[in-house]
Amino acid sequence: MSEVYKVAIIGSGPAGMSAAGHAAKLGLNHVLLEKTDHLSDTIYKYQKGKHVMATPSQLILRSDQEFDAGKREDILKRWNDRTGELGVNVKYNADVKSIKGTGPAIEGSVQKIVSRARDGSSTVTELQRFAPPYALELTSGETILAETVILAIGTQGNPNLMRCPGSDLPHVTYQLDDPYAVLDQHIIVVGTGDAGIENARGLAEDPAQGNVVTVLNRAPKSTNVRESFPTAKEPNALSLVADHEAKKLTIRYETETKAVEPGWITLTTRDGEERIRCDRIIARIGSAPPRGFVEACGIEFSSADRLAFPTLSPVFESTAPGIFVIGALAGYPLIKHCMNQGYDVVEFINGNTSLKPADEPLLEAKFKGLPGRRGVDEWLELLRSNITILNSMSPLQMREFMLDSDARAYKKGEVIFEKNDPGSSLFAIAQGSVKVRIDPKDSSKVVPIGQGLIFGEVGLISGRRRGATVVAAEDAICVEISRNAALKLQSQVPSAKKAIERISTERQLLQMFGSGLAPDDIREVVDSAKIVQVKAGEAIITEGDEGKDIFVIRVGSMIVEKEVGGKPVFLSYLPAGSYVGEMALIDGGQRTATVRAAIKSEVIRVDGEAFDRVLQSKPALLDRARKDMELRRQTNAFIESRKDSFSGVVDLYSEQAKFLVAQGLGEATDVLLIDERLCVGCDNCEKACADSHDGLSRLDREAGKSFAHLHVPTSCRHCEHPHCMADCPPNAIHRGPDGEVFINDTCIGCGNCQRNCPYGVIRMDKVPPKKPSLLSWMFFGNGPGPGEPSYKWSKKNTKYTGDPAIDESLDRKKAIKCDMCAGIDGGPSCVRACPTGAAIRVAPDEFLTVSRLTNEGA
Amino acid sequence: MASIAHGPDQGDQETAATTENSTTTRSPKPPRRGKVRRDRVSTHEGFLTHKNGRWMKISALLAAGLIALYIFVPLPGQHFGSSWLGYTLGTVGALLILWLTMLGMRKRAITPGRWSLKAWTSAHVYLGLTLIVVGTLHSGFNFAWNVHTLAWALMMVVIISGIFGIWVYATLPQALSANRYDEDGAITEKQMIESLRSLDRQIHDAAQPLDPQSAALVEQSLDEDPFAGNFINRITGRYPRCATRHAAGELRKARAYRPRVADDPVDKIDALLTRKEAMLGRMRRHLKLKSWLQAWLYVHVPVTFALIAALSAHIVSVFFYW
Ligand SMILES: Cc1cc2nc3c(=O)[nH]c(=O)nc-3n(C[C@H](O)[C@H](O)[C@H](O)COP(=O)(O)OP(=O)(O)OC[C@H]3O[C@@H](n4cnc5c(N)ncnc54)[C@H](O)[C@@H]3O)c2cc1C
Ligand code: HEM
Ligand code: SF4
Ligand code: SF4
Ligand code: SF4
Repeated sequence: MSEVYKVAIIGSGPAGMSAAGHAAKLGLNHVLLEKTDHLSDTIYKYQKGKHVMATPSQLILRSDQEFDAGKREDILKRWNDRTGELGVNVKYNADVKSIKGTGPAIEGSVQKIVSRARDGSSTVTELQRFAPPYALELTSGETILAETVILAIGTQGNPNLMRCPGSDLPHVTYQLDDPYAVLDQHIIVVGTGDAGIENARGLAEDPAQGNVVTVLNRAPKSTNVRESFPTAKEPNALSLVADHEAKKLTIRYETETKAVEPGWITLTTRDGEERIRCDRIIARIGSAPPRGFVEACGIEFSSADRLAFPTLSPVFESTAPGIFVIGALAGYPLIKHCMNQGYDVVEFINGNTSLKPADEPLLEAKFKGLPGRRGVDEWLELLRSNITILNSMSPLQMREFMLDSDARAYKKGEVIFEKNDPGSSLFAIAQGSVKVRIDPKDSSKVVPIGQGLIFGEVGLISGRRRGATVVAAEDAICVEISRNAALKLQSQVPSAKKAIERISTERQLLQMFGSGLAPDDIREVVDSAKIVQVKAGEAIITEGDEGKDIFVIRVGSMIVEKEVGGKPVFLSYLPAGSYVGEMALIDGGQRTATVRAAIKSEVIRVDGEAFDRVLQSKPALLDRARKDMELRRQTNAFIESRKDSFSGVVDLYSEQAKFLVAQGLGEATDVLLIDERLCVGCDNCEKACADSHDGLSRLDREAGKSFAHLHVPTSCRHCEHPHCMADCPPNAIHRGPDGEVFINDTCIGCGNCQRNCPYGVIRMDKVPPKKPSLLSWMFFGNGPGPGEPSYKWSKKNTKYTGDPAIDESLDRKKAIKCDMCAGIDGGPSCVRACPTGAAIRVAPDEFLTVSRLTNEGA
Repeated sequence: MASIAHGPDQGDQETAATTENSTTTRSPKPPRRGKVRRDRVSTHEGFLTHKNGRWMKISALLAAGLIALYIFVPLPGQHFGSSWLGYTLGTVGALLILWLTMLGMRKRAITPGRWSLKAWTSAHVYLGLTLIVVGTLHSGFNFAWNVHTLAWALMMVVIISGIFGIWVYATLPQALSANRYDEDGAITEKQMIESLRSLDRQIHDAAQPLDPQSAALVEQSLDEDPFAGNFINRITGRYPRCATRHAAGELRKARAYRPRVADDPVDKIDALLTRKEAMLGRMRRHLKLKSWLQAWLYVHVPVTFALIAALSAHIVSVFFYW
């Protein structure tokens, strides 16, 4: 133990394993510490036989380990063999629980760790950093000493812990190695994801085990297991329900734990509290990111944001000198990146400072088309210094940033984007300037935006279409920052976040109130404006309250309700980009309706007094506000008058609107709705979908919910801020030019998007072989006919070649979802192919209007 | 650069010209597609009322016009078919029949383009009805036992089956979705089958301790295919020889004569069989409704082909033997 290693590598994923391999090759005195008893736990846990992808394909691999696309088993075997060959010093079952410097205290090097409690309060702890060598303490109690540490623990993290009183008792566990070894116990399984279900079923499989197993499910019971077990795979959930029905185990719906004591547990159920016997608790409630552990090592994160990564130097060194961070934890979620970094970081530690990063060719390609012969580093520096929001980025951050962004040259007069184009990216001007056309009819009415500034932020924030056309005012170079890169940027660089927020508030106000306002006119308003987060269902304005503030919806959407005859009646739907609260300001008096968030939203709260001053000084603006208000008032009056004469109809309309919002219409941009009075169940919509997309239907017509004859089938809503995009390692999910959210060919089939989509619309499947033509089916009966071929037919007709590389790609499962028939002339096939007119696609703001009262006969 | 018209206010016009990327740089500009046009359908307007009954009006006018011609144009009493009006009516009728048949293709060939099957169905229904007028006038009310009248009769069969189709399309859809609902939410056909299978597995397990006679009864229920049953069973939703009901009934009878014991395995089987019966009932109502919605097409389509055959014979015989 007295031995001091040159490098200790923590975590044997692609990043750590590659680093250790290179250290071994270079003959450095090293140790590779792995928590589990095998290499690369994340990949070990992929589903059996998974086809692992080697994206991005243009990136060359630089590692002493091999890696190419292939089966999980083959890849793991090759890594194991090679790790042996290279003579890597691996220590398994070595779970590092803390890293501390053993040298003297480093002067002035103190880390502040902010921890937030659930109630929103936060506490700051200060941590003095100590110089290396580092002492790595394992959970076994052993300590290992090393001069430098490479932290490559990925982002899988540790299991989430239960929080109720008594949850620290020893019989509360988070893992179950062998369910068959547990006998004659009362066991509570908390969590109904796949892991929880597998454990519960294992424990109850054989009645001879004598276990009494209870599964707690927070969700309510439903015939449709996709709703009652939203985080589990359907077959797993069905088997669990079958076990329950066979009385092998018990599922308790709408139940949570209240308190734990030895031998007993108290549950909160819909019908009150209940105390039942319990000898063991197995909690499978997801996992928490490893941030807490990493921060405790003295490694600073760039911000408090959930998406933030550790702050790193160009050679991956963290704020704790001698501790390097690589791999998914450093923000690079693909295996190839991870392996390259493993190699690079060991080179750096070994003193090679001139090594060019392996992503160099990718970046070269990005800058290839730009005028002026500059190298990658020069370009990065130019962008960093010219664009204000990028000023404080490190060279490493710039590299990563540019991998997800694009730099382009525009000729004078060239259109960069057009009004009503969909787009969720942000633009920044690196050279030159652009102008915004504020009047579509008159191209001379423009607002200039100069070098270093940003534009297009409305699309980024609200996810809505572009509000105006932007044209290059002179030859210009702009960077298009993808939504993902922009989100990352805001979490890495707090000053960039502030700048974007301020500019977007100012521009949003200007754009909304238009009519000749200049930034100076609304300076006071912008200064007093606050960005407020609103939870789904929370009210920003309550009927009958006093208040003059105006709210601008920045993200999300709101519904407006009014109490009529003792019942809240739905009046209207407000998408992002609209404003409310002007009535009380203009006419005085109390709020006339309640406005609440349809989904988690963000509003700009504008001080009423300040805004009133602007209104008073600008009669044109006041006029316009009055007109908007008049329109709203008419709608309200119309609904109220109907309420007297057709109370039933209005109630239905109101209930239906709320139902639609609950089905995700509040965050949708385009959703498929089926009128059950017209749908004859011919499934031509599904068939048409399959036939226009590789033979796989992206729509499950029968599934999904209905209310008063409107059915919302299981099909993509093309959300404003798609949940599915959140965690896609190759960044394969994008918003296309028609507003569609689509998945491109770089999908590696990890299934994250499927888990993240709250509406269960993504399926993982392989593409069936091509079918014979329609005519040959009609006249000769060849092939399976229109629609998705049966599994059997696909299996029989898949032409395996015997070449494993090709055969594996034939069997490769990818994420499949609706792309709104992008690029297909005529638009969505489901709608075109419906013989009765039952299927339509709507945007919520055009559908959730009063006209539905008459159109839909709601 | 072209942008894609999308909002309803923009209709299907494109907002800008369709030009190539005209810059010198090679880095990809965000894709802007050229010729994709789409019609936005955002209200539920059924095929019968499509575009305010456009095809109903056109067809009504057409029928009225033809009747007027027939009444007011002086024509020979004999062999009306070979008069100019007769030829016209015949040609129009034959072409219409061929076009109406094309609906089957249109429904299945999901080609790109701004067609809508709803519009096609709407036109199909109303122009199909006009055929009553076209075909009957063309016959000059000369009916006899020959191939000509056969063609007319087949046409009428197709049309009447079509009218029946409209009736089921108008009356059954809501019952179909209502049947899929219960207090716990909607369930799909696939889930119904799934749930029957899972009940079967449970029944199988629970039946292990039964005596051979009862086990045989239960076995019959397990062997029953939920999709079994002939056309009559389907359409009526009645399955008089349902093994599940039989088994449940017999077991209950048997149990009535036996002394009660605690934890009788028959109790469990009984409960499971009752649930299976309920699910089967739902599944069968589902199949019944679906059959009604589809069965008429098994008259409509085959008779269409018979009609086309008879029509060809009619045309050939007219040209060669008249
Ligand atoms: C289902 C799925 C499919 C995917 N498919 C692909 C694909 O096809 N292609 C692709 O390029 N990427 C894919 N990815 C992404 C890829 O797996 C990860 O980005 C990659 O594994 C990250 O590597 P890493 O070395 O940074 O961390 P990990 O691979 O997560 O490795 C971390 C290791 O550290 C160990 N560890 C953690 N904490 C400690 C500790 N305290 N002490 C000691 N050891 C510790 C863990 O046990 C683990 O072995 C997929 C991800 C998932 C979830
Ligand atoms: C001689 C006249 C007609 C011919 C040759 C004809 C032929 C056809 C054919 C070939 C189909 C396609 C069926 C399929 O492939 O699924 C069809 C469908 C249909 N027809 Fe007709 N038809 C005629 C008249 C009518 C009339 C008069 C009506 C109604 C009053 C009608 C109503 C329908 C309907 C509702 C469909 C089903 C559409 C769908 O669900 O896709 N038809 N017809
Ligand atoms: S897949 Fe799901 S999360 Fe993604 S856009 Fe569609 S509905 Fe929204
Ligand atoms: S599209 Fe979905 S399955 Fe494919 S890589 Fe992205 S998150 Fe994973
Ligand atoms: S195509 Fe239309 S009628 Fe047929 S199942 Fe789909 S929505 Fe229903």
